[in-house]
Amino acid sequence: MADLLLEIFSEEIPARMQKRAAADLKKLVTDGMVEAGITYESAAAFATPRRLCLSVIGVLEESPTLREERKGPRVGAPERAIEGFLRGAGLTLDDLTVRDDKKGQFYVAVIEKPGRTASDVIAEVVEATIRKFPWPKAMRWGAGTLRWVRPMHSILSILSKSEGAEVVPFEIDGIVSGDTTEGHRFMGNGRFAVSSFEDYEAKLKAAGVILNAEDRAESIWADATNLAFAQGLEVVEDAGLLAEVAGLVEWPVVLMGDIAEDFMGLPPEVLQTSMREHQKFFSVRNTKSGRIEKFITVANRETADNGATILAGNQKVLFARLSDAKFFWENDLRVSLEDMAVKLENVTFHNKLGTQAQRIGRIAALAREIAPIVGADADMAEQAAKIAKADLSSEMVYEFPELQGLMGRYYAQAAGLPQEVANACEMHYSPLGPSDDVPSEAVSIAVALADKIDTLTGFWAIDEKPTGSKDPFALRRAALGVIRLILENSVRFGLSDRIEDGFEEHRQPTLDALERKVYVSILNDYEQGVRVSEELVDLVGTRGGKDAQNINDAIPLQIKERHIRTSAKNLAEMYRIQKSGTEWRDHFIPARGNLIAFFHDRLKVYLKAQGITHDVIDACLAMPNNDDLTLLVNRVTALQAFVNTDDGVNLLQGYKRANNILAAEEKKDGVSYEGEPEIRFAESAEEKALFAALDAGEVAISTALDAEDFSAAMAAMANLRSPIDAFFDSTQVNSGNQIVRRNRLCLLNRIRVVMHKVAIFSALNG
Amino acid sequence: MNTETAGKPRSFQDILLRLQNYWASKGCAILQPYDMEVGAGTFHPATTLRCLGPKPWAAAYVQPSRRPTDGRYGENPNRLQHFYQYQVIIKPSPPDLQELYLGSLEAIGIDMELHDIRFVEDDWESPTLGAWGLGWEVWCDGMEVSQFTYFQQVGGQDCNPVSGELTYGLERLAMYVLGVDHVMEMPFNDPQSATPISYGDIFLQTEQEYSRWNFDVADTDKLLEHFVDAEAECARILAAPTVDPKTGREIIMVHPAYDQAIKASHMFNLLDARGVISVTERQAYIGRVRALTKSCADAFVLTAAGRA
Repeated sequence: MADLLLEIFSEEIPARMQKRAAADLKKLVTDGMVEAGITYESAAAFATPRRLCLSVIGVLEESPTLREERKGPRVGAPERAIEGFLRGAGLTLDDLTVRDDKKGQFYVAVIEKPGRTASDVIAEVVEATIRKFPWPKAMRWGAGTLRWVRPMHSILSILSKSEGAEVVPFEIDGIVSGDTTEGHRFMGNGRFAVSSFEDYEAKLKAAGVILNAEDRAESIWADATNLAFAQGLEVVEDAGLLAEVAGLVEWPVVLMGDIAEDFMGLPPEVLQTSMREHQKFFSVRNTKSGRIEKFITVANRETADNGATILAGNQKVLFARLSDAKFFWENDLRVSLEDMAVKLENVTFHNKLGTQAQRIGRIAALAREIAPIVGADADMAEQAAKIAKADLSSEMVYEFPELQGLMGRYYAQAAGLPQEVANACEMHYSPLGPSDDVPSEAVSIAVALADKIDTLTGFWAIDEKPTGSKDPFALRRAALGVIRLILENSVRFGLSDRIEDGFEEHRQPTLDALERKVYVSILNDYEQGVRVSEELVDLVGTRGGKDAQNINDAIPLQIKERHIRTSAKNLAEMYRIQKSGTEWRDHFIPARGNLIAFFHDRLKVYLKAQGITHDVIDACLAMPNNDDLTLLVNRVTALQAFVNTDDGVNLLQGYKRANNILAAEEKKDGVSYEGEPEIRFAESAEEKALFAALDAGEVAISTALDAEDFSAAMAAMANLRSPIDAFFDSTQVNSGNQIVRRNRLCLLNRIRVVMHKVAIFSALNG
Repeated sequence: MNTETAGKPRSFQDILLRLQNYWASKGCAILQPYDMEVGAGTFHPATTLRCLGPKPWAAAYVQPSRRPTDGRYGENPNRLQHFYQYQVIIKPSPPDLQELYLGSLEAIGIDMELHDIRFVEDDWESPTLGAWGLGWEVWCDGMEVSQFTYFQQVGGQDCNPVSGELTYGLERLAMYVLGVDHVMEMPFNDPQSATPISYGDIFLQTEQEYSRWNFDVADTDKLLEHFVDAEAECARILAAPTVDPKTGREIIMVHPAYDQAIKASHMFNLLDARGVISVTERQAYIGRVRALTKSCADAFVLTAAGRA
């Protein structure tokens, strides 16, 4: 057994790529070794800014010999066949053995693959790994052709055994593997040789390098929290930043500095974002006031002045950065949100869906419609929608896109706008993910719903739906957002109506434009004395063109001349109405159905996570008003609870039994038993009891449903269980008496009808 | 290092001269600034064009650079619409380029034992030059002092061999080394000299003048015309027959054409500063400038300087 130590030393590897690269190195090298028969006990990979390292323990020193027998042609077979076989096996005729079988003699080639040394295999595998390494972005350097994330300088590759270590020799584009490496760029002291992983790790540490990124992260976090704690402060947690910083340093030294008083007026999120994005500083918060008062930076070295120069430098840089942020903040405060919104007229949202300003116009109209339903003031909702995205043109959001919404809130507050409006600026983007908070304030709800419905209807209108894993406009997320906004706020509306409103907002501008074009085209035709120009036909189609012409012809000439503009206008309007109708029928009605189905799909995914099965949802989706998601989910929840009970399970059995008999008999007789069963034909006591139970049940269920009390409806259904069971236990449906039989089949149908008032039970898996 | 500049530098020009001396001592040709308005030192043909083709190259120069959108009327401590970049370009990139670079920092008085120098990922891309490369921003105590890039592609052409490019933001770097908080307060010449001149003495007024002109006064219609003219002229120059009818020699006029591409690029920057270019148009303009630089790059590799 031997241990492999591999280190690829290069110029600084981007922090974000290090972890993945270490894992890839481990997988590619160990997979390649195992594939060539070199097994091992365990492996671990590490990364620092300047090196990827792999340590493999318990490596088999030589792969086992492999023996393969290949059956060849018969003895005396044509020469060409034998030659071909020899070529394939890489042998000569003398190497073959001859064996007998029932039909005679044939050749056998015994091919022995001798075992290979670990060193040979590793050299080959490492070279292949380096050449095909999956860096997100790789580069060439100098005059070479090798690609790596940054220029590669050396490769350390040794196999250490009890008798000592030896280099695994290979060369890649002029880089010869060896047993040396170097430590920290500034704290190290030249190249040194290593003999094992332990030796390597220890010597690196002595040369200012902590090999393990987790050790570096732990040490940073421990030192940072201690420094802050000593002054009664706390470090704002940021796991992503911690991992990144651990990838920027080989020898972390934590330093804490002050934020100048000048910047305390900036929103804490701005301080935090500016420090994190630009400087990779941690924010340090005063636990009492919540203010960000200090920062923590992580240097990559120790210095004689204990980091004083480094800290002073960082503090100065921060001052300049925050001066910029302050410049943006103060400039933005001088501009009203309304003026910022105006700038969005020049910003394209999507080339088929117009500018951001047009989008905002649509959202504002929708928000107005939705406002009364969610209990918001319509004017306020419209006002909020009109400025909610205005901060997209602010300088601060241009600099820090992740502050969108939040800056809107600050600017709205500063402008003295109502708090609900300010909150809507921030909250209308929510919820962004499945665990994100859902807005609960009415104005925010209205704008958030309007925003998402506009997005969904817009992309549906231009047929840009998500397919498979492709969802570039995050439409699934938008639909889930709508679902959560509705459910978590118990909003009651028919989604179809809202979707229709949304489509209408997209449709009207298109129709306006069309009407204008048709009008201009008719006028042109008239002026040029053309009956129906190609341009007009292009716009309205051949038939439309003829229609336009016919109508045009029908208007007396003298009237036309006097009122040509009015006449063209009327024609264009008429065309618009016609076009609007056909488009509505051919395009928007299918799109609306499709979008509702998309919502239902997303709802299923959402409810599944809450333990609700697909069949229960299907049973409820088949009921009327299924586009009222709150109602739908109330029904679904009650039904799921019911089918989980003993009564539910048994009632479902009874239902299925009734349904199966009915289906079979209806098929056999070729009729459907939809008539009203009559109690006078009931024979047994159990049959009569079932009549009574269904009568009572129907009333109770209807009352409960009218009150939208689904639990009560389920309870009423539970009461049907024993009468149905008793009926089936005691009574034969297929009576010899045709009148009784028919009546009983109608009774079974009645069970179905009554239960279907609650949900379509046939959809349930029993 | 010669004795005159030993010890800590005392002025902006001292730092600049030390860089010139340092890179001269490392074998670079010390060029002078290009005589046109550019957004960065990369636009100098000594970089954009000379990094193409197989011929070795090593040059260093100061390039005055203009970024109209960064104008702050001279008030921001380190943001300027006109500033100096120091540019080093070496082809093929030598294996010790990082060490050479660190040596240049020591030459201008940055003590490696006291400061924290870091190479932080920064993939460089210039959509107007059709260029990209991988490298870092170099941080000194958290401040970006240089860009360090290995060019992979320029003008749509693969760089082979690869050039290493170093770009120093001179004002920022000098302020740091000299311990100055506001760029306008930085000594330009030796503060002990008979006539001490500060950076602000030279540039405060011009920053104000250009900020006002860039943001509010520049005639956007005219700028747009200039853009269109430069674009047309660039194409016209390159469309000319490669053999000059007068001399009978093959003369491909890459540099005159490239000058027009630089002009168009600067007009675009000015238009952008005026905020008259929408996001969608922006992409289109960038594409138009890129088309110009690309056609210049394509032509350059056919010339004596650009081919084997």
